[in-house]
Amino acid sequence: MAKNRSDERENGLIQQFSITGGDFYHAGHVSTQIKEILKELGIDPNIVRRAAIAAYEAEMNVVMYAQKGLFTLEVTPQKIHFFVEDEGQGIPDIELAMQEGYSTATPEMREMGFGAGMGLPNIKKNSDIFKITSEVGKGTVLDIIIFINQGKNQ
Amino acid sequence: MLLQEIVRHLNLNIFTANLNLEVEVTGGYTSDLLSDVIANAQEGNLWITLQVHPNVVAVGKLKDLAGIILVNNRQPEEETRRKAEEENLPLLGTKENAFIISGKLYALLTQKT
Ligand SMILES: Nc1ncnc2c1ncn2[C@@H]1O[C@H](COP(=O)(O)OP(=O)(O)O)[C@@H](O)[C@H]1O
Ligand SMILES: [Mg+2]
Repeated sequence: MAKNRSDERENGLIQQFSITGGDFYHAGHVSTQIKEILKELGIDPNIVRRAAIAAYEAEMNVVMYAQKGLFTLEVTPQKIHFFVEDEGQGIPDIELAMQEGYSTATPEMREMGFGAGMGLPNIKKNSDIFKITSEVGKGTVLDIIIFINQGKNQ
Repeated sequence: MLLQEIVRHLNLNIFTANLNLEVEVTGGYTSDLLSDVIANAQEGNLWITLQVHPNVVAVGKLKDLAGIILVNNRQPEEETRRKAEEENLPLLGTKENAFIISGKLYALLTQKT
């Protein structure tokens, strides 16, 4: 990729990644790529660290609880924006799902170290704006914003 | 302390061939819950775990960990080993359990020189 990262830093960047539900083998690949992009853009390491946590947890939830998803990364000089949309089972009770420790992960997933029930709470903790909407039987949408020059880092 | 000194002192197996072990280790983190590691491990930490599936490599990469120690003589899945090599993340092993190896690593990293 011969793209000029400093141009992207000034003008903004949009990139999309698809995620396959149940694909534990490639799980984490999207968030790893996103972290590399943010790092290359020269964004503050503390912000990159927060973004990586949010990206990983959002990606893993699609892998664990949906058939497929689309992860859109948008970076502007002001903010990092993750828009994660999936087709899947959806969440019947979002307030419950947001509680630390709550998880519907299967015994097999728990054995692999997933299902701590920390994903959604940690996405919220590490973002400046976090919105989640979901429709049972349809899917879930996450809207995550992390400010680059203000917000929780300052 | 450099990872290669730790490997020597703790007599760790090396599952990944030809990776640079001259990296500085900043501390350790012991956990088998991936969300816990993603949230709380620090850059340069050595991660001690019994998880052997490929997702540990993604977690290690995302957190810029110095390496991963698999405990209880657990062998990495072949994909895990291959990915770790590809991603340049040292994958190590020990016959000790997590308690013992964590204690030894802690002692090593905090000893007065
Ligand atoms: N994208 C999603 N689609 C359907 N259900 C979800 C999704 N994300 C989260 N959930 C539900 O919310 C619960 C809590 O999620 P989270 O906090 O990430 O913890 P964990 O993934 O460890 O279970 C999940 O167990 C699941 O029931
Ligand atoms: Mg989760």
